[in-house]
Amino acid sequence: MPLPSPLLAVAVNLAWIDYTILIAYTAFVVGIGFALKRYMKTSADFLTSGRSIPAWVTGLAFMSANLGALELVGMAASGAKYGIATAHFYWLGAVPAMVFLAVFMMPFYYGSKARSVPEYLKMRFDERVRALNSITFAVMTVFASGISMNLLAKLLHQLLGWNYHASLLVCAGIVLLYVLKGGLTSAIYTEVLQFFMIVLGFAPVVYLGMKDLGGWGKLKDTLQGVATHPQTLALSDKSFAPDAWTSAWQPLLGGATANPMGVDVFAMVFGLGFVLSFGYWCTNFLVVQRAMAAKNMTAARNTPLIAAVPKMLLPVLVILPGMIAVGLATLGKGNYDLPKVPVSESAYTAAAAAFQSATAAKLPPVDVVKAVQAKLDVFSFKQSEFATLVTQAEAAPLTEAQVVAGLKATAILKNSYDDVILSLVERYCPPGLLGLAFTALLASFMSGMAGNVTAFNTVWTYDLYQAYFVKNKSDSHYAWMGRFATVAGILLSIGCAYFASNFSNAMDVVQLVFGFVNAPLFATFVLGMFWARATGTGAFVGLLCGTATSAIFHGLTLATGNVPGVKGGYFAEMLGMHPAIYPSEMAQNFWLAICAFAVCLLVTAGLSIATRQTKTLDDLRGLVYSLTPRIVNDESAWYQKPAFVGVILLVGCLILNIIFF
Amino acid sequence: MGLDIRLPIGLMFSLIGLLMTGYGLCTPTAIYERSLGINVNLWWGLVLVVFGGWMLISSLLPEKKK
Repeated sequence: MPLPSPLLAVAVNLAWIDYTILIAYTAFVVGIGFALKRYMKTSADFLTSGRSIPAWVTGLAFMSANLGALELVGMAASGAKYGIATAHFYWLGAVPAMVFLAVFMMPFYYGSKARSVPEYLKMRFDERVRALNSITFAVMTVFASGISMNLLAKLLHQLLGWNYHASLLVCAGIVLLYVLKGGLTSAIYTEVLQFFMIVLGFAPVVYLGMKDLGGWGKLKDTLQGVATHPQTLALSDKSFAPDAWTSAWQPLLGGATANPMGVDVFAMVFGLGFVLSFGYWCTNFLVVQRAMAAKNMTAARNTPLIAAVPKMLLPVLVILPGMIAVGLATLGKGNYDLPKVPVSESAYTAAAAAFQSATAAKLPPVDVVKAVQAKLDVFSFKQSEFATLVTQAEAAPLTEAQVVAGLKATAILKNSYDDVILSLVERYCPPGLLGLAFTALLASFMSGMAGNVTAFNTVWTYDLYQAYFVKNKSDSHYAWMGRFATVAGILLSIGCAYFASNFSNAMDVVQLVFGFVNAPLFATFVLGMFWARATGTGAFVGLLCGTATSAIFHGLTLATGNVPGVKGGYFAEMLGMHPAIYPSEMAQNFWLAICAFAVCLLVTAGLSIATRQTKTLDDLRGLVYSLTPRIVNDESAWYQKPAFVGVILLVGCLILNIIFF
Repeated sequence: MGLDIRLPIGLMFSLIGLLMTGYGLCTPTAIYERSLGINVNLWWGLVLVVFGGWMLISSLLPEKKK
């Protein structure tokens, strides 16, 4: 099979001290699994932690389950690409959603004694909704952990020269070992460990970067220069107002063309802030499972609230590095440049040939650039230098070597944003600290896999196997099945990792389909939880229609610069019409979510009125807001009241939004 | 669950902290050029030891009764 080619902008050498730290972490993770083994007696112990974990642990795990490597790498990349507006994923999206989950939704999830999100859907609606949700969720988790494993093995292969297959199998083996021994508790405990690893591993890198740069004021000044000339760093081919990278809201208010994200305020607030974030944080069993493992109702409701505190501060650790990298590259500190997408020699040779024939035909420089760019995947060329090269070639023929050298000197390469965080780690970490930061990265990959596998085994065992295949067996049978599903989940993940490494495009398709399924989901939950009249038929058909809307919407739209295909526009092409164009992929995704949500909401509501409600009000007690007695807890102190703490958190979020307005 | 998570967290960070501090004491200053001349292994190692120690102590002290 074709291995990922060893093209990476960053290379790292680990010393013995770094390996020692890495091994120490691995030993502790596996050790925790073994230490927990003796507490794993029933299927509930293994799959739901027997609902026995304190709130601060589930809270950190709740946040950490989402703080995978993809988040670390992706948020630094977005920080570089879009600046501080990336923080909307946290301050506009995640934190309000977490407060909503704690105050309004946790009482149903935890109070209904459902063991999973699909099981709640079965109690509230019917078997069809559960089956739809659990099957898509099970497939999604396996693919998600496969994608993550593939990236990890690729990283180890490219960065350290380890064998791809060996890296994949060893990492999967470690995860299997500790999840199999300690079940969900193992996964939750290692997520907490990973949280501290990431904070303690990356904080010094951010500190050193800031110190090198000269502080926040200096960073802000530098980024204002970047915003007016982002072409120099290959960040964007358009120029923006000076505050485009350093203000969260001002650039959005100017409309989709005034900010590098290409998103307007409505799409941001409603698409990301409401539909996507609430959909993810409130309905994704991967994170909700952590709260369900809490030891009592208070702890369960406090879980998302405790998680919201570090979540609010996390941009410092994950988004700021991207902005620091742009600042350093602008100032040329210590010859730092953003990591670039490497271009192969053969591409240069092919481009040189295109250059030769274009200049021989006396094409104007603009067309020469086009001819060369068709062969060479670069951002652009330095204009005046390129024009000189064209003049030279037209005056007297140049040799191939001369043209290649000329192209190399004038090309502005595309940025490899995903390598930004690694490039900073490599720049600032001496042996020792390097081991810590590297272990943190590795830890986030592995705990991401463990999180997915523990969500998968629960949904498989309780919502598919026990519900549809083998009912009414003894608990030990299901405990055995939970372990079997763990092994199967990991084997399937490895399969998906190989799948992902073979067809990079296929992975885009898979992620696309997940997006289609996820976008409408929150509408089903909102209606289910707040409207007793919502029926199973309405929810089931509404979900299907919402998903179909996503697919149709995607097929009819396209982001600027993309060609019809995986990125959308396929239906439009089939029908021979022009797809609707959005300024960016992000805008396209946000609007897709808005449409899917709206359709799911309307269809579910409409059909619910038209169909008979099969559940009696008694059935729905504890599952619907208006039919559930309020939790009155006069004895607890103010800081234990979720609504009160939630308001404080929202005010904190508001203040952050105002500071960085 | 019977195992207090603070115990392994405390042990692990104390151990890694001690390793880094020791390494920081033994290494020449030349390798700290990239970290702006700061001996990060020594200082950050100490931070880890303090954090790990705090976790360890809080896990070993008996729980306060309400």
